[in-house]
Amino acid sequence: MAASSRAQVLDLYRAMLRESKHFSAYNYRTYAVRRIRDAFRENKNVKDPVEIQTLVNKAKRDLELIRRQVHIGQLYSTDKLIIENQEKPRT
Amino acid sequence: MLLRTAWRRAAAAVRAAPGPRSEAPARGLRLRVVDNAPQSAVPSDTATAPEVESVLRPLYMDVQATTPLDPRVLDAMLPYLVNYYGNPHSRTHAYGWESEAAMERARQQVASLIGADPREIIFTSGATESNNIAIKELEAAIQPDTSLVSVMTVNNEIGVKQPIAEIGQICSSRRVYFHTDAAQAVGKIPLDVNDMKIDLMSISGHKIYGPKGVGAIYIRRRPRVRVEALQSGGGQERGMRSGTVPTPLVVGLGAACEVAQQEMEYDHKWISKLAERLTKKIMNSLPDVVMNGDPEHHYPGCINLSFAYVEGESLLMALKDVALSSGSACTSASLEPSYVLRAIGTDEDLAHSSIRFGIGRFTTEEEVDYTVEKCIHHVKRLREMSPLWEMVQDGIDLKSIKWTQH
Repeated sequence: MAASSRAQVLDLYRAMLRESKHFSAYNYRTYAVRRIRDAFRENKNVKDPVEIQTLVNKAKRDLELIRRQVHIGQLYSTDKLIIENQEKPRT
Repeated sequence: MLLRTAWRRAAAAVRAAPGPRSEAPARGLRLRVVDNAPQSAVPSDTATAPEVESVLRPLYMDVQATTPLDPRVLDAMLPYLVNYYGNPHSRTHAYGWESEAAMERARQQVASLIGADPREIIFTSGATESNNIAIKELEAAIQPDTSLVSVMTVNNEIGVKQPIAEIGQICSSRRVYFHTDAAQAVGKIPLDVNDMKIDLMSISGHKIYGPKGVGAIYIRRRPRVRVEALQSGGGQERGMRSGTVPTPLVVGLGAACEVAQQEMEYDHKWISKLAERLTKKIMNSLPDVVMNGDPEHHYPGCINLSFAYVEGESLLMALKDVALSSGSACTSASLEPSYVLRAIGTDEDLAHSSIRFGIGRFTTEEEVDYTVEKCIHHVKRLREMSPLWEMVQDGIDLKSIKWTQH
């Protein structure tokens, strides 16, 4: 398989962030967005294509996990936290 | 506690009254009548009209009591609650084999987090059961001079880290067994049972973003530590803990341990940053605030503060939009001040004014800022109402007062 290109990694990054914003639980939503940003930032200088592919594969699995957990969270959603009305929707 | 009986009465009253969303599954914290819920077709014109406000959940700042499930943990557990429901001890079919494989994988994940061998991990129902197994070993000891030292790794009330490696060294040289209850420490600070010479360790699932109802006990094999089983039966878990191992729960515990191992450094950085933010903001805005516990040997996620001249329970009630505690959940039913605070020599009055702030993996900066703002506001308000505070402001030394007996 050809190594993942920069464009593919960015697509994956955007897809993960987009999906994470759909978590109905405030704490899961904020954590996912923060963790994804920090993880991609931390690995941005990795050069070894094998390592890059490993990270991309893990990210793809995590994206599927996020999709499933977002869906489950929406099925069992409850009231918002006191803090969610006050703050503007953050990215 | 007055707070809890009032809470229960209010909750019972709401359950009795039919609400506009009575078909929705029963949910916690719905103590106030919902009025402007978009789904409500019936305008609320019942007698409860004046109390109308939307229901919003409090922020969760009590991670020492329990933690939410990490989504990665729930994701690992679900298949074993839906399709892979076999008994891990069934040897004769694929359902049993796949369940057993999951159980052993979880065992490896737990062992890896603490530097142990998987054969040294026995699954239990939680750290309490693990503690009981470890202590019972003392009674089962054959030699008259065998004894056991048991110490918490990280204290759940004030967050102090005990010098485990040093204690382990001493115990090992004196041939004394060393047990530690690592419920609040596993996955949060690096632990290695061999470096720290630990013989027995209790692990709790629901303190590390895993499920409730499961834990583990680490029992050293070399040199062999013998324990007596608390519950007897089919001989599962090497005879040390009979009973069908609950595969979905142990899979959750294993996943929680694996995630903790990967995230330990990142979480520690985040939690330390938020802890410093909380403590600095509060202490810069309020006088007469004491942090309980040694500041140097301290786990950042557990902050116990005493606010002088403010009663702890009244501050907790005032901070109704933040879920907090004034001590350990396991002793919260009693009115006595924390035995931990008393043990570290805290004054009686300061012990009654303590609040424990818990910061975890999912805590946000906004939650900390909100909590700090409300805390400062209410402490100031309560102090304004306090005659003791007034006396202190007038320069009176409270310790010099001779209170009369009635």
